[in-house]
Amino acid sequence: MADRVQAPFGTRRARVIAHDRHGTYTVLRCVDPLGPRPQAGQFYMLRSAQRWGGGDGQRPYLPRAFSVLRAPAGGAELQFLIEDVGPGTARLCELRAGDELSLLGPLGIGFTPPRERRRALLVGGGVGIAPLAIWQDQLDGSATVLLGFRDAAHAPGAELLPGARVATDDGCAGHHGLVTELLDSELDHARHAEVYACGPPPMLEAVRALCAARDVPAQLALESGMACGFGACFGCVVPTTDGYVRVCVDGPVIDASRLQTALTSGAGH
Amino acid sequence: MTPVTFCGIELAHPIINASGTFDAIAARRAFGDALLTGFPFAAFVSKTVTLEPREGNPPPRLWEVPAGLMNSIGLPNKGLHGYLAHDLPELARLPVPLIVNVMGFSRDEVAALVSAFAARDEVAALELNVSCPNVETGMVMGADPAEVAQLLGVVRPLTDKPLIVKLTPNASDVPLVALAAEAAGADAVSLVNTLRGMALDPRTGEPWLGGITGGVSGPAVRAIALAQVHSVCAAIRIPVVAMGGVTCGRDARELMRAGATLVAVGTESFRDPSAGARIAAEVATATGCVSYPV
Repeated sequence: MADRVQAPFGTRRARVIAHDRHGTYTVLRCVDPLGPRPQAGQFYMLRSAQRWGGGDGQRPYLPRAFSVLRAPAGGAELQFLIEDVGPGTARLCELRAGDELSLLGPLGIGFTPPRERRRALLVGGGVGIAPLAIWQDQLDGSATVLLGFRDAAHAPGAELLPGARVATDDGCAGHHGLVTELLDSELDHARHAEVYACGPPPMLEAVRALCAARDVPAQLALESGMACGFGACFGCVVPTTDGYVRVCVDGPVIDASRLQTALTSGAGH
Repeated sequence: MTPVTFCGIELAHPIINASGTFDAIAARRAFGDALLTGFPFAAFVSKTVTLEPREGNPPPRLWEVPAGLMNSIGLPNKGLHGYLAHDLPELARLPVPLIVNVMGFSRDEVAALVSAFAARDEVAALELNVSCPNVETGMVMGADPAEVAQLLGVVRPLTDKPLIVKLTPNASDVPLVALAAEAAGADAVSLVNTLRGMALDPRTGEPWLGGITGGVSGPAVRAIALAQVHSVCAAIRIPVVAMGGVTCGRDARELMRAGATLVAVGTESFRDPSAGARIAAEVATATGCVSYPV
């Protein structure tokens, strides 16, 4: 029995059916009739099928890794959350209905259900909210969700996870401060939680430290720059108690107890 | 597909992988048995094995360059004993011949590795990674013809298996190194390894890669690889495994036109793990990228 949903061997085409905006974020929706349905926390390597390359600085060249945002049950649709931060994401954000993605996946190991009698508590920051949306769906909407955003341009990302409590760095929406402050007070009266987190490394490190101090299990979805997504390049390693592990095949979801720090270097450039 | 004989090994087609660019064990976890039924390479070259285990370089290990990639991975591997115990049994089940790439920091280390694999029937051939310094002389083994000759003088008598010398492009006269390898008994040479490069963190101005410098690969190096393969093929008579930025059948045929017997695919497999199979089909049908005959 495999520990993951395995990907078809080789890249395939997926047609874009919609491009939705939520503040600064783009949700790219596509149909993938040939692929299996992913588990929450798994990811895909994406590139545009046409004109991938020749952008700013003659990039992008390599595909880019994205956690799946949503994979609605009973269909072939996949959704990805993209923020335009460089030549690869800029090209992906240009895609419109009718354009084609070249994709590989689903890849990696996703989230595992809460340990017995624990309640799922989802903590996301910025574009890292993506894998929490599909996990919220698969947990039947029962999880508590805490999300953090930088400012008013990013806060509309909260629309993607119904019922979420929000923190913003500039106070434009919800709690004025860090999402980890919401987590800290939530853990005061939710000791039987299992935390699922994805976001920027400083946020993940704060989540890891808070959960470790209170003996609350946590599963962290990590990001690391990667060339391939299937264990070939050895580029995406993060240090763990067992030495370096590849985020792409041994993660991206890694139990926080295996990490001395979630402050990993080299997440994108 | 056109079968090809390489150093006495029958291969279904001329496309193999570059060492360190495909982990068949990890790919089996990601893709399951589909990897074996559609295996993209005519032979599998394993990642470099060293005598002792190596953790590899600290991250970040990757940097995208125009039309390519720079890496500073640092040859992480389980060491000879870990490889023999854990990796070799799995790799022996692949549907194609296995070529093991080895590297040592002294001639004695390389000799120990060659001896160990000489005794294993699962191994069809050995590739010697000489792109590292000899800690006894300080010279990068593959950058100096005399170093290569002395290394082969030690390891050639240890095995009847084909020995492929993986040449570094970071040498002042690559054909001279290839000639030294041929004269000292190498069965084949392979080139190019990655070209040394560097990137700075745009926010701090400090080196981006944990290993400070890295190796550049991908289409960015293809013209350089073609020139080096051309000059090496003109200098020696033993077979050449050519690589460097191959993305399609046309790129592969250009390297074969320059004299290569086999062509290895590396960075393109990162973009699509089945790229090797596509390129092999394009070589067979004289298609790929643009349709003019080379």
